[in-house]
This record gives sequence, structure tokens and C-alpha cells, in this order.
Amino acid sequence: MTNTIANIDKEEDYFLNLGPQHPSTHGVLRLLVNLRGEVVKDLKPYCGYIHRGIEKMCERNTYPQIIHLTDRLDYLSAHQNNEAVCLLVEKALGVEVSDRVKYIRTIMSELSRIASHLLWWSAFGMDLGALTTFFYGLRDREHILDIFEETTGGRLLQSYNCPGGVMYDIHPNFQKRVKECLVHLKKKLPEYDKLLTGNVIFKNRAIGVGLLSKEDAISFGVTGPSGRGSGFSCDIRKLEPYSAYDKVQFDEIIRTECDSMARYKNRIDEFYQSMSIIEQLIDNIPDGDYQTKMKPIIKLPEGQYYQRVESSRGEFGVFVESRGEKNPYRIKFRSPNLANLSALDHMVRGQKIADLIAIMGSLDLVIPDIDR
Amino acid sequence: MNAIVEYIKEVLGGVKSLLTGLSVTVKYFFSPGEIVTQEYPENRATLKMFDRFRGNVYMIHNEQNQHTCTGCGICEMNCPNGSIEVISKTIVVDDKKKKALDKHIYRMGMCTFCGLCVKSCPSKSLAFGQEFENSVYNRSDLTRILNKPNSTIAIKQ
Amino acid sequence: MFLYDFTELTSSIHEGLVSSLGEGLLTTTIEFVIAGIAYLLFFAIFGLFAVYLERKVCAVIQNRPGPNRVGPYGIIQTIADFIKLLMKELIPIKNSDKVLFNLAPFIVITATFLSIGAIPFDKGLQMMDFDIGILYVTAVSSLGVLGILLAGWSSNNKYSLIGAMRSGAQIVSYELSAGLSLMTIIVLAGTMQFSEVVAGQADLWFIFKGHIPAIIAFVIFMIAGTAETNRGPFDLAEAESELTAGFHTEYSGIKFALFYLSEYMNMFVIAAIGTTVFLGGWQPFQIPGLDGFNTVMAYIPPVLWFFLKVFVLIIVMMWFKWTFPRLRIDQLLRLEWKYLLPINLVNLILMATCVLLGWHL
Repeated sequence: MTNTIANIDKEEDYFLNLGPQHPSTHGVLRLLVNLRGEVVKDLKPYCGYIHRGIEKMCERNTYPQIIHLTDRLDYLSAHQNNEAVCLLVEKALGVEVSDRVKYIRTIMSELSRIASHLLWWSAFGMDLGALTTFFYGLRDREHILDIFEETTGGRLLQSYNCPGGVMYDIHPNFQKRVKECLVHLKKKLPEYDKLLTGNVIFKNRAIGVGLLSKEDAISFGVTGPSGRGSGFSCDIRKLEPYSAYDKVQFDEIIRTECDSMARYKNRIDEFYQSMSIIEQLIDNIPDGDYQTKMKPIIKLPEGQYYQRVESSRGEFGVFVESRGEKNPYRIKFRSPNLANLSALDHMVRGQKIADLIAIMGSLDLVIPDIDR
Repeated sequence: MNAIVEYIKEVLGGVKSLLTGLSVTVKYFFSPGEIVTQEYPENRATLKMFDRFRGNVYMIHNEQNQHTCTGCGICEMNCPNGSIEVISKTIVVDDKKKKALDKHIYRMGMCTFCGLCVKSCPSKSLAFGQEFENSVYNRSDLTRILNKPNSTIAIKQ
Repeated sequence: MFLYDFTELTSSIHEGLVSSLGEGLLTTTIEFVIAGIAYLLFFAIFGLFAVYLERKVCAVIQNRPGPNRVGPYGIIQTIADFIKLLMKELIPIKNSDKVLFNLAPFIVITATFLSIGAIPFDKGLQMMDFDIGILYVTAVSSLGVLGILLAGWSSNNKYSLIGAMRSGAQIVSYELSAGLSLMTIIVLAGTMQFSEVVAGQADLWFIFKGHIPAIIAFVIFMIAGTAETNRGPFDLAEAESELTAGFHTEYSGIKFALFYLSEYMNMFVIAAIGTTVFLGGWQPFQIPGLDGFNTVMAYIPPVLWFFLKVFVLIIVMMWFKWTFPRLRIDQLLRLEWKYLLPINLVNLILMATCVLLGWHL
């Protein structure tokens, strides 16, 4: 990739700083966009406006303490990030958690995937100028957040997982509320299609925009629904089933259109897949301990460990190098959003500035996950 | 001729898709009963947080102003942010010297409400409150001493 | 019947002034000042009300209660906001073209004012009854784009410039459609004078009289009108999620308020033209043959009829805005040149045929 800033002093270049404070970057992301009229020539993302040094902070913390920090990476898939660390610790120690824990974790993961996609749908509509979608999405997301709050005590940052299980057992109302929520969602989701998916303006804005070929998706490491929109089979839930994903039937949604519409429809379909996974699990949560007894101080044996999970936005990986201490010697998070952002420049070249916003929306970026 | 038919189909299809979108919003326009907004300061009296809601951390005291904290410091050790500081003192009970809690300092400004202190407490003396209106005018107000003044440790039955 | 000819009132004022002050410059000035104040008051009150209406409409669409804190049902909210904007600092922009920067909001407002002047609110309640009224309104309402272009250019802001660029292209193209759809009705009405256009709809509104071509023209007029006001799915000049606030990014205080109010007043202008030309202006809803029904309808004062129709059209435009995603600039132009303009031209021929063969009702 050529460096865009090298030719900054060419006279015809018209640089526009999109961000760090901009309504559609959904956070503090700065994009230096080189425009020619309305057309984007190239763009360069500048990260680091919300860098908090989480990886460094993790090194001074013990393993149970790391979990609440992973909440703050991709705050919309907090539960999946927690799960990755817990799975890694359990794998390293060879602890087998009970089926109950696996079921609860899977249900929670899928609920947070739905919640995350609902927020994405809201924000995507808003990026395209349909402001009403924002309120409809948030309205329905509220039901899921209530479920989270009742069981875990937190709405957004749950810190529900802990090495060896989950913090508390599920709330007695949990199953009832989840079922009610699914009924509600099934009633509301067709409205989303009516409002946005079928809309001719939306179709024009999304179809054929932001093309990312399969090869490019693989080489940029674009994963999650965005990567699967380019035909790249990258669902960790299928490739390396963890928790209870090997016990349920679901489809990996793959589209080969490679455009914003494919990414959009992938996420819409994932609503239904996630709901079907929850429906398969919610009635058969087995009895058992919600937590395996762990040592008070968890020390990972010396070595290197890697665990990946499918977060709402793609492959989330945790790499830990342990020197046998109670805290990791080095920890590295493979965050999906950073990889997805890296493909943005490639996708928007030659497109309009309005498409840049639409493509960014279709990639579903969460900025704290990029900077960490 | 075919092109004209296609053109008309395209226009009609577009108009139809727009009308479907409009039908959704007009449905909500005429059903104000669907309004979901909670009007917060007004509904204070009826607003009930869930049991497990993670509000402020507090120490459980019984009617005799007694708590169960032994001042062991496990919560302090487990806190990822260093927001808990346990200061212990030595008291004499039945002519035996014993370690007891002097001050349990909790800095809410640094707390991330992860729940590790409450979960790890061996004597179950900490709990999450339902309080969520935590704004204060002075940052030092966020530093709280959890054990009430003159409280003593409860004698185990 | 409440049909009251306002020309009686205005001419009596005129005669009173002439008899006391005599024919001359002073009388004309006083008359202008009175009319100006009346329109200014209308502008302020209606603008504030339209802002309130928009907030409430979008709130209900989005499952929210909307403003409900200041005054009962929040009706004083917009007034409070307006007072806040009046008191805010006018932030001077470095390296901006001061003259044009300050001039731009007033150009926008002036264009709106000029258009409102020609609209008949009731029989005789009209500033100026031009014999080319429709042509005049289409001409002056497009002056507003000058203000937007100047605002975008003089702000020395990249977002503003892009917004202004878009707005220029947009309004210049959509003028065509709006003009042609009005032309369709002119063919039917046979006049361009607003008072006569309204008078021609006494028995039946033009949208019914001209049936299919008139309905097509009305739909196109609403689309083009929405585009001309920079609203709804056509708010590319503002494009909140792309250009933060487009051409008025750098404006603050009262100058921002003028832009904001003028958006709503432009909406009123479009709705009022639509009402006057297609929906019978201040004429009550009449069905030929149903005499009882017609008398009942005629008991509602014409001013109420006018505002009722205007509000319905305004709410429809709000409904568009809060439902649809925004178009891209090339799609916007394609919609105009590939769809609206050809359909409009065919429609014009259709209408002409209808009128010639007497197929209209």
C-alpha cells in the first residue's frame, strides 16, 4: 500500500479530517480523507485517541482481574471477550467446566451478539440518514439489556464470566425473560426489513458499494459477518467449536456479493441464527455447578496460549505468554475491528464520501477495540 | 418497448418499497401507546433496580451496628483497580490479641464494578447496593469508609 | 358562510391612510411596514410552531414522548430554545469572508419571505396578487440556494464547502421538476395567478379535477419540494452523519437560528404552494352533487382550511424525513434526470391531452 501522506503537498489534493469527533465514526477515530470533489482518492486512519494501554494493564493483573478489562475492549461483545480469556485459562489449566456453564455462556454470547447487531443496525441506519432506525434498534435492545442486568448485574459491561465458570447462577426469571424477548424480537425484526432492507434508497446505497474480494478479505484478516459477506468462511463457532456450539445446529451465513448489502444481510440473518441457537439451548440448560472450584490464586503453567472466539464483529483472539506467574508475562488481544478497519482504505477508493460513511457503518467498527 | 416496461416496473417497485417503509412509521405515529421512554426523575418512586444490580459497594451491618468483616484484606488483594484499602487494627478479645477492621476505605471513583470484591469476600460482608445516583460535587466524596462509625464485628454464633 | 373578502379590510386601511396622509411615499411606507411586521410575526410564530411540530412528530414516530418539560406538553420548548440561540455568542470564524458569511443567512430568509408574500391565505389575504404568481414563487424560492452557497463558501470550512456544492447541484436540478409539475396544473387551470388558481377550484380541487396526471404531478411536486427545502431523504447539504452540519457547520447563535427557521419556513412555502395549486388553497372540500355535505364543509373558515391542508402536507414531509435513508449525490441527480424529469414531461403531455380532449372532471 502506498503511503497517502507522501503526496500531501500536491495542489489538487483536498484533505478532510473525518474525526476524531465526527457523528459517524461512532467514537474517536480520525480518518484523513483525500478527496477529489466528492470522490475519495484514499484515506488513512489515525488510531490512538482512545488508547488506554489495556494490554499493559493486563500484565500487572491476575487472570480473574483481566476479565473486567476485556469488557472494555469491544464493549458491545463484552461477554464474548470475557469468554475468550476464561476459555484460555481453563484450557491452560486443563479445567473442564460443567455443561451448565457451557450452556449459559453460549446463550449469553448469542444474546450479546443479538444486542450488538441491534445496535449496529440502529447506527447503520443512522449513518445512512434514516434516524428512526436508531430508536427502533435501541428499543428492542433494551429487552436484552434487561435480561443481562437481571442475571449479571451489568447492562453493558457484565464481567459475568470468571475462570472456571460464571460469577452467579442464572436468575430464576432468566429463561422466561429470554423466551419473551425472542417472541418480541420475532415480531419486530420483520419491521426492520420493511423499514430498511427492502427500501429502494437503501438498496442503492448498499448494493455494489464497498467491494471487498475474498482474497482481500483474507489478506486483510477481515472476519466476522463482514468477512463472511466476502465469501470468507471464518466462523470460529463452526471451525473450532467452543462452549456449547458443538451441541447446536446453526448455519454459517456466507454471502459472496462482497458488498455492503452482503454484510448487512449477513448480520440480519445472524439475528435469526442466534435466536435459533438460543431456542435450542434455553429449555435444556442442564443442572450442575455454575462454577468449577478453582485455586484461589490462578497460575498458568509456563508456555504460550492462544484462544479465539467469534465475537460479534469477528474473530477475537487472546494470546498469553505465561512465565508461571499469577499474571501474564505478555498478553495480546487479536481484535477484529483493527483488521476490519485496515481494509477500509482499500474499499473506499474511488467511492463517494457518502459511501465512505456507509461502508464504515457496514463494517460495524467499535473504536475502543481498535485502540485498546 | 421492453426497456420502457422495465423502467415502469423499476419506478413502481421503488415506490412500493418506499410505501412499505412509510407504513411502518405511520403505524407507530398512530399508536402513541408504544412509547417506551422512561421519564427518569419522575419515576423515581416506582423505579426498581434488579436484585443483582451493581450499584455502590457497601458493607452489611445488622441492627446492632455489627458487621462480619474480619479485615483479612482479600477484597483489597482481588480488586483490579486498587480502589479498596483495608486498614486493620489489633483489638483484645478475651485477653487474646486479635486482628480486626479499623477502616474499610472504598474509592468509588476508581471502581469498575467488576464484582470481584463482593464475590471473593470469605465472610460475605460486602454487597452491591441499589444506589445508582452516584454523582457528587466533590471528588473526595467518592472515597467512602464502608464500616459505619463505632461498628463492631459480629460474634459468630 | 365565513367567506370574508380580506380586500375589504386592506382597502379600508388603505383608504383611511390616504384620507389622513394623502397619496404618497409616506402612505406606501406605512403600508409596507404594517405588512412587513405582520409577515415577520407570522414567520416567527409559525417557524417556532413548525419546529415544535417536527419534534413531536418525529418523537411519536420513534416511540418517544418528545419535548415535555418546558410548559404543558413542552409547547414552550422551542421558544426557550430560540431565546437561548438569541443570547448565544456569534463565534467569529478565522479567515472567513466576513461580509458573505454575515450576509448568507439573510439571503436565505429573504428568499423565503419573498415567496410567502405571494401565497393567498384567504380570499384577499395576500401581500401581492401577481398575474404570474406561480412563476414568481418558483423564481424567488430558488434564490435561497444563493444563501446556502455563500454560507458554504464563506465559512472557510471543508464540510461547509462540500455541503454547499451538493446543495447547488441539488436545488438547480430539482427546480426543474417542481416547475414542470406546477406547469402541469397551469395547463389545467389556464392561469398563473394564485387568486384565480384558487378560484378555479371552488367546485373541485385540481388534484381531483385533473385525476391521474394531477396526482402524478402532485407526487412529483412533493418529492421535488422536499428536495428543494434540503430536507428529508434529500438533506445532503446538511447530511448530519457525513458533513456534521453541512453548510451551517460554522454558524452559531441567531444566524444559525435563521438558517434553522428558514428550513421550516421553506417547508411551509412548499406546503402552501402545494395546497394552493393542487388542494384548492383556502377552498373547502367540496364534492359536486352533495349539497348538504358541501354546506357543512363551507362553514369551516377558509383560513382554517388552508392551514389544515398545509399542516397535513408538512406532516407528510416530516414523515418522509423520519422514514427514509439519505440518497447519495449521484443517486439524487439520477432520480431527477432519469426518473422525475421524463415522467414529468410525459405527464405534462398527458395533462395537455386531457385538457384538450376535455377528459378532466
